[in-house]
Amino acid sequence: MSNSLLTLAVFLPLAGAAVVAALPSTAGHFAVRVGCAFALVALVSGVVAGAGFDYSAAGTPQLVVDARWIPAIDVHFHLGVDGVSLPLLELSLLVSALCFVYLQWRLPEPGRPKALVALLLLLETGMNGTFVALDLILFFVFWETVLIPMYFIIGLWGGVDRRHAAIKFFLYTFFGSAFMLLSFLAIYFTAGTFDITRLTAHAPAGFGGVLGDVVFLGLFLGFAVKVPLWPLHTWLPDAHTEAPTVGSVLLAAVMLKMGAYGFIRIAFPVLPQAAHDFAPVIAVLAVIAILYGALCCLAQTDLKRLIAFSSVGHMGFIMLGIATMTEIGVNGAVFGMVAHGLITGMLFFVAGSLHERYHTRSIPELGALLSQAPRLGSVLTFTAIASLGLPGLAGFWGELLSLLGAYSPGPGLNVVLYRVLMAGGGIGIILTAGYFLWTLQRVTLGRPSERNAALVITDVHALEWGAWAPLVGLIVVAGVWPGLVLGSTVGAVHQLLAGIAQ
Amino acid sequence: MPVAYFLVLSSLIFSLGVYGVLVRRNAVLVLLSIELMLNAVNLNFVAFSALFGAHGAAGQVFALFVIAVAAAEVGIGLAIVILIFRNRSSVDVDELSFLKW
Amino acid sequence: MLGIAGAGGIGPFMWLVPGLAFASFFVVLFGGRRMPDRGHWTGIVAAGAGLLLSLWGFAGLATGAEAVHRSWTWFQFPGISVGFGMTYDFLAGIMFIVVTTVSLMAQIYSTAYMRDEPRYTWFYAALSLFTGSMLLLVLADNLVQLFLGWELVGLCSYFLIGHFWESSENSSAAIKAFITTRIGDVGLLFGTFVLFIGAHTFDIAALNRAAAAGHIGQGVLTAGALLLFLGAIGKSAQFPLHVWLPDAMAGPSPVSALIHAATMVVAGVYLVARMFLVFRAAHAALDVVSIIAAITMLIAAAAALVQDDIKRVLAYSTVSQIGYMMAAMGVGAYSASIFHLFTHAFFKALLFLGAGSLIHATGSNYMSDMGGLRTRMPHTFWTFLVGAAALAGIFPLAGFFSKDEIVGEALRAASSGRQITAWIVFASAVVSALLTALYVTKLCVRVFYGEYRGSTILHESPRGMTGPLWALTAATLGAGFLGLPVVGVFRHWINIPGEAAPGFSTLYNLVLPLGSLVVALAGVWVGWQVWARGRFVLEVKGTKLAPLYTFVAHKYYLDDLYLNVIVRPIQYEAARGAYSWLDRRVIDGLVEGSAHITGRVGGALRILQSGHLQRYLALLFAVLVVVAGVVMN
Repeated sequence: MSNSLLTLAVFLPLAGAAVVAALPSTAGHFAVRVGCAFALVALVSGVVAGAGFDYSAAGTPQLVVDARWIPAIDVHFHLGVDGVSLPLLELSLLVSALCFVYLQWRLPEPGRPKALVALLLLLETGMNGTFVALDLILFFVFWETVLIPMYFIIGLWGGVDRRHAAIKFFLYTFFGSAFMLLSFLAIYFTAGTFDITRLTAHAPAGFGGVLGDVVFLGLFLGFAVKVPLWPLHTWLPDAHTEAPTVGSVLLAAVMLKMGAYGFIRIAFPVLPQAAHDFAPVIAVLAVIAILYGALCCLAQTDLKRLIAFSSVGHMGFIMLGIATMTEIGVNGAVFGMVAHGLITGMLFFVAGSLHERYHTRSIPELGALLSQAPRLGSVLTFTAIASLGLPGLAGFWGELLSLLGAYSPGPGLNVVLYRVLMAGGGIGIILTAGYFLWTLQRVTLGRPSERNAALVITDVHALEWGAWAPLVGLIVVAGVWPGLVLGSTVGAVHQLLAGIAQ
Repeated sequence: MPVAYFLVLSSLIFSLGVYGVLVRRNAVLVLLSIELMLNAVNLNFVAFSALFGAHGAAGQVFALFVIAVAAAEVGIGLAIVILIFRNRSSVDVDELSFLKW
Repeated sequence: MLGIAGAGGIGPFMWLVPGLAFASFFVVLFGGRRMPDRGHWTGIVAAGAGLLLSLWGFAGLATGAEAVHRSWTWFQFPGISVGFGMTYDFLAGIMFIVVTTVSLMAQIYSTAYMRDEPRYTWFYAALSLFTGSMLLLVLADNLVQLFLGWELVGLCSYFLIGHFWESSENSSAAIKAFITTRIGDVGLLFGTFVLFIGAHTFDIAALNRAAAAGHIGQGVLTAGALLLFLGAIGKSAQFPLHVWLPDAMAGPSPVSALIHAATMVVAGVYLVARMFLVFRAAHAALDVVSIIAAITMLIAAAAALVQDDIKRVLAYSTVSQIGYMMAAMGVGAYSASIFHLFTHAFFKALLFLGAGSLIHATGSNYMSDMGGLRTRMPHTFWTFLVGAAALAGIFPLAGFFSKDEIVGEALRAASSGRQITAWIVFASAVVSALLTALYVTKLCVRVFYGEYRGSTILHESPRGMTGPLWALTAATLGAGFLGLPVVGVFRHWINIPGEAAPGFSTLYNLVLPLGSLVVALAGVWVGWQVWARGRFVLEVKGTKLAPLYTFVAHKYYLDDLYLNVIVRPIQYEAARGAYSWLDRRVIDGLVEGSAHITGRVGGALRILQSGHLQRYLALLFAVLVVVAGVVMN
């Protein structure tokens, strides 16, 4: 029974999508409620799975489901969670469910709840599956499953420039995953299996030299586009800006994590030698992303675009942590992934709610939010403060551990280079504080302009609280008690790095 | 009768068909011209079948095959033409470029 | 409770003090608006109870209870273990008394001062949060926990400086304060990393032990100590990061008294004191501390002399006095430094609250709008005078004992031939003492003597404000005696960890203080002659001093330098360059460009796809004829 929990958590949303699609087109908001119910049940089964998780053996996959799927090329339907995937699976389940709560408050134009809900549920299955798939082909199927619903969500419910953004998003990520698939095939033909657990337990032989580097490069393109790592990030601001609120939230909170997860789960353990060669490059790109993201944030006048660029910077910290190849750094990266999911998801929720009220995302046109809607302004202030990495809130620990990892990187990596990069990250911390506080000043403080004073600005609605309270609570809890995430990741990261060190 | 006679006749009919397909504006006449081309081919098949009769009747079989396909093709083609005529009140092929992207 | 006291003092329960403050924060934040008093009693009671507990705990320490060290594991995995604990010793005990006393006074004062201001309840919640965070910082037994408190107080400072955020000037000052101190904070964080990798622990006591025993390499120690000091420079407003503190005066006066005079800004001094053995074991670190502090005290005292805004005078004065504390640390006068921290907290809080009372009455921050307030506001006048005299170092007030001890100890260090930096500290301390006496005299004369130059109808402030003023006056009068030479107990309480109190010396502890009193009195006399009697007219225009005056009056052009050379270029030019040019044009240009090229190629090819069936067929036949021709040949 308990083993089917995982299948349930992954495929219940898919079943929900089928049910919602079968509803009569007159169902209207009822479709949202049905979708919410499915997402909540999936969340519950995920939480039950997490409660039954054996944290002392976090390094080995648990709740494993393994069935032959395509015998001709030895592809298995192989699911399982370990300490790294568990927090990300829970994050995906939680944020998806909260998106449905939020949808009950406000549907993006042009409505059509049935289609939107079905697509979101399909998307959720893809995201959940990516984090628990233990077979490269299955991983790839889930990975690509995510693309199509998101393409339609951006393209149909997005902003003014939605078509361009949707096509750019689709083609760019598809471009990356084509190379990823080629590398998967190369791995299969060299190592003889698609099974991730077997590939990572002992890094397969035969990937020395150029072949390993080329295969890694393919994986790198696939994962780095998704992260997104500078300079492969330019789809992100467009997609984030144009996507409807729930789309932006899921994109930022969960989908970006898939790329970083791919590095931790597949690229580094399967190709340790090549990873070692590439790690300094990734670290340099990551720190460029941190500084560059912060500078671009300073230049933004569009609130959602600003949050998008802040994601580029935060994902830079995560990639820096991974590239240190130390337990401290990688644990910091996974913690940072969860924290970024909670915080940036929250930021996009608030940005969406601001847009609903002020009908603009332009920072110069906003202002004095704290005087017109004090609660909403407080939530935005809280989230921005969390995002700039205040200790005691979730954003801090990921940055701390990533930078500490960079101070003494893994064996064989250039210490001087990494320390310079750490200093760069430190400057990034200062700039991050700068642009967030400047944004807060322009959005929440001052006196309302004539245009805004004429608007009727309602404060936070009960359904908005319903969607936000869990995130706000978890931001505090993860900040005060980092063991919430680290308790499960530490063992798994230990296992993965032990495999790499062999 | 030398086979060359049949070939000359067939190529004349075929050329007539090509001319019709390329120049006629009326879609029905275009379809008719296609039939001409097909029948020119059929004539060739039958002629060669008679010439190489010792080797079996493969040419005649193919001719029958082509007649069957032509019938289906004309059926569908005319159906399309009728639908286009209903929608646009015209079967002028010069105006039929709305499938272009 | 008696059982607790008997079993080794209240020490192990001192976490209750920050605990109460945090509890008060949540109660006021979520319930304050529904309370009839709008929440201030919750904060006052929490701070008052905290003060009683602090006094009780300190009495326990003074009567021989052991210092308390407790530590629990916060989280750990191979290679790293972060603890959460408490260290309650004399140093922490003194800080507890300072923080809770000033917090209590500021909160009582605010019931009157902030009564008609917006966001009253939030103001009290933030004060409680600040008090709790500051105590968390003080109680920390490891550097990560200290960093947590360090950042939280910075956040509260940001909120409270920008309390009147309707005006963008105030919120800009808050941002400036946060960002400037955050530069230092990154240094503190990296210093923590350096020491952690060097000694494999975040524990403060263990780091000090390891440093003193020589278990940490010299390079690591020096780098670590200097990076930690960068944090102290930011938080304690030392040169060259002091620029945020004068602007931070945009906050309400009680906030200036609590955060920007008595507690948060001395966190840097506390940090150096906590990590003193690390600083001492690293060769260059204390020299750097001394030089930076000497520069700071001098330039800040000079800047205070030319300000017209009464709170800015006091802000520069605070910067200068923290320079004294830092300098004392730099020359090894540990006890003197903390003693000055202790007395300064009371008299500077008194001065800020007094300034608030003046501003409340006159409606202006500027001395040029005041004058002659001696008779109209007697309570404010007398209490302010005591605070000012203490600041100037007049016997027998608190500042005399503490500041002159620093001057004496600097000379002791210098004459023992240890460091040339001690001479620099000594010289700059003496000059600063003279400047201090001058600006203090100017301040008092301009505010309280002469004719009233403002336009409002004057009134003495209500009791809610004068009460705390008198209480702090009492503390200012009394605190100094703890540090009396010979009989004073302060030096026995607080000293370099593991060392005996320095002995009494007639020269350094008696003669020299008297000499420095003469300097202070001379300063006061000159000031009186200049500003009250008008004997000498200080006219710098046209003299050789004019450029110097302009230089000081423009805050040494440091603000302009930072703004025009660092902040603006990053905020506008670099940001726009990165986004508009590099991101949109180059990187995204490549991405979109590849799409455009594909589109162009397709556009060229689509000419063939005319949609005309007959053209397709013509093409088909043409190709067919050509191919057939080729094949036949």
